[in-house]
Amino acid sequence: MGYDFDVIQRSWGYLFKEGMTFTVTLTLIAMTGGIVFGTLLAMMRLSAFKPLSMLAGAYVNLMRSVPLVLVIFWFFFMVPYIGAWITGADRPVQVGAWLSAVITFTMFEAAYYCEIMRAGIQSIPRGQVWAGYALGLNYWQAMGQVVLPQAFRNMLPVLLTQTIILFQDTSLVYVISATDFLGAASKVANRDYRLVEMYTFVAVVYFVISYGLSMLVKQLQDRIAIIR
Amino acid sequence: MGYTWNWKVLLEAEPGGTGTYLQYLIVGLGWTLATALAAWIIALTVGALVGTLRTTPYPWVVRAGNLYVEIFRNIPLIVQMFLWFFVMPELLPTDLGDRIKQMPPPWGTWIWAVLCLGIFTSVRIAEQVRAGINSLPRGQRMAGTALGLTLGQSYRYVVLPQAFRIILPPLTSESMNIIKNSSVALTIGLLELAGRAKAMQEFSFRVFEAFATATVIYLLVNLVVVLAMRALERKVRVPGLIAAGGAPQAGH
Repeated sequence: MGYDFDVIQRSWGYLFKEGMTFTVTLTLIAMTGGIVFGTLLAMMRLSAFKPLSMLAGAYVNLMRSVPLVLVIFWFFFMVPYIGAWITGADRPVQVGAWLSAVITFTMFEAAYYCEIMRAGIQSIPRGQVWAGYALGLNYWQAMGQVVLPQAFRNMLPVLLTQTIILFQDTSLVYVISATDFLGAASKVANRDYRLVEMYTFVAVVYFVISYGLSMLVKQLQDRIAIIR
Repeated sequence: MGYTWNWKVLLEAEPGGTGTYLQYLIVGLGWTLATALAAWIIALTVGALVGTLRTTPYPWVVRAGNLYVEIFRNIPLIVQMFLWFFVMPELLPTDLGDRIKQMPPPWGTWIWAVLCLGIFTSVRIAEQVRAGINSLPRGQRMAGTALGLTLGQSYRYVVLPQAFRIILPPLTSESMNIIKNSSVALTIGLLELAGRAKAMQEFSFRVFEAFATATVIYLLVNLVVVLAMRALERKVRVPGLIAAGGAPQAGH
């Protein structure tokens, strides 16, 4: 069998304008939502109010114990029901693969970002919070202006490394037939029967992006290490 | 709106005629464990070897180890699955490729899933092993050399026994990861637990019963792994050698 790498050039627009845009947008939204939601979860977990910390702990442990594939299925079938519940419709609301993927990855990654932010918050000496309170700050001010900025900076490399993993993990939306980069490549591969060429190409692209980003994170890590 | 639960579906016969849906899922668990366990053996062997080699004083060996780690760390697991399953048989000598394709199902899929998952996880174990070795004081290896041990001997008797104890906690989370990650094998058609839950949903239209049962099974398996690893940690603990908690790590 001969190889035909022209198939990549022929489908370039579809692969990148459609597929890669899906992948990158999903990564960025899930990263932003996941860090915001994850930070709130971390604050809940560290709360002195037991029910709140237990609730957050249960959520995080559940998400971290179940395979991502299963979580994707759960949300894919559950979001229509939740949508119907919110809008008061009497039939499940059709939401499509894109919205379902955005919700899934935001909720799933929040659990992982939560653990990172929790470590970050715990790395700040308690005395700083007390000093904040002594100066008359309330909880949200002490958190928002004293603890979180430092926690965030200390954890920036780990947060970014987690984002690279998120970027790779978004390829699992394949299981709900979404057209992300892998989904687009897979559709072309099966249409033209060029599986070897397309999947090799996909692997190279993912490798170049992930490796490049991880090198940047490493540089950043060194710079942050010097400042501290 | 409103979903009517029907848990009795678990006791109904699945269309393949092998028994009830519950049995169908439990056989799936068997495949999940068989995949994860076989992959775990590959991952531990290769991971320990590569991780150790990356701490040796030979620059070329270290570089080769780094290359291996970077390649398998920066490609998504599902893409690696496709590479092994769709691409690898084409690159193998024709008769070997054909022989694997002709293996009775699901073995022809299982073998690729195990290889893929084993190598994917070996990279993460190699990182842990390297970090464990590097966390030991350099003086220990020097002391070994001063006592007349060869490099191999000081690894065998001084460095590795301590390093493996230090990395037991991260190995616990890796052994849970490998079970979770084995679910990606459903994309190449291996009917393990998650794959069977999806199939059950397609046959019976009982979406949430299928996924809830699979979720509960995964949670139970996790619990067993955590307890077993904790018992192992207690058993091999060396008094005075405190297992480091370690810095938070990214994961999935």
